[in-house]
Amino acid sequence: MIRAQVIVRPRQSIFDPQGDAVCRAIQHLGVSAVKQAHVGKCIELELEGDNLDQARSQLETICKDLLSNPVIEDYVLTLQPADQK
Amino acid sequence: MRWAVIQFPGSNCDQDVFHVLKNVLAQEVDYVWHKDSSLSGADAVVVPGGFSYGDYLRCGAIARFSPIMSAVQEAAAQGRTVLGICNGFQILCEAGLLPGVLVRNASLHFRCETIPVRVENAGSRFTSEYLASQVLRLPIAHGEGHYVADEATLDALFQNQQVLFTYCDAQGRTTPEANPNGSQRNIAGITNRAGNVLGLMPHPERASEKILGSDDGQGLFASILLSVKS
Repeated sequence: MIRAQVIVRPRQSIFDPQGDAVCRAIQHLGVSAVKQAHVGKCIELELEGDNLDQARSQLETICKDLLSNPVIEDYVLTLQPADQK
Repeated sequence: MRWAVIQFPGSNCDQDVFHVLKNVLAQEVDYVWHKDSSLSGADAVVVPGGFSYGDYLRCGAIARFSPIMSAVQEAAAQGRTVLGICNGFQILCEAGLLPGVLVRNASLHFRCETIPVRVENAGSRFTSEYLASQVLRLPIAHGEGHYVADEATLDALFQNQQVLFTYCDAQGRTTPEANPNGSQRNIAGITNRAGNVLGLMPHPERASEKILGSDDGQGLFASILLSVKS
């Protein structure tokens, strides 16, 4: 088994109203040191097999085509072997 | 003229479009289920509003992979008319048929109201029944209508007259205050470079009968009819 994690977040150049609202809420709660917040998504996947390279190349395509929109988002894909239960 | 209205799981403006086309404009119109692979030769395709696939992941992100979308891509490439309204606009952007993308409204609020919209280009197949700079009153209902593209794309859209509609005030001025969602340059609707694919956030199908408060949207459908007949 392989466990994959995809972090999708808005590009720095794109205004992120959710991040902005979260940042202001944190400041409102008294933690004024927080100056920026960005809200993204974390997608966790479990795959059959143990070939990490093959899984990575398959998932890179999925990340670009489906899980993120390159016009507004960046993604980070990490994979690791998972112990079978 | 034959029309196809695509139905995705979660579409909810499909019946409104169907009604306007069939009962108001006396058109031949069929629903096409998203799992179908053919548009059966329809002259024009409508990708309607709603929340396809629950708007999961991003609006339109999953719908673009529905089987029928290959046929929509093909129809667009052949120069047939493709109209995406609201969620349909989001789907067409995700599918790459239109540039840019629609993100969460800058205010974070879902905006549901009738607002003034200016016709930027009255020379297109979608707007020939309007006058240049005419101010229409059209309903919007969306949480993700904030149009985003890079500066070069925005410049090209205006230069090539691909921007058909912008948000404006009652006097037709495209001010920041008149922008309901933060869309760059107040963009409400754009076409592709070839001019046969339109995506817009306002709902012309909800403003096509006087009894519903405004029939300003009917001109859009009438323009398409004219373009196919001529």
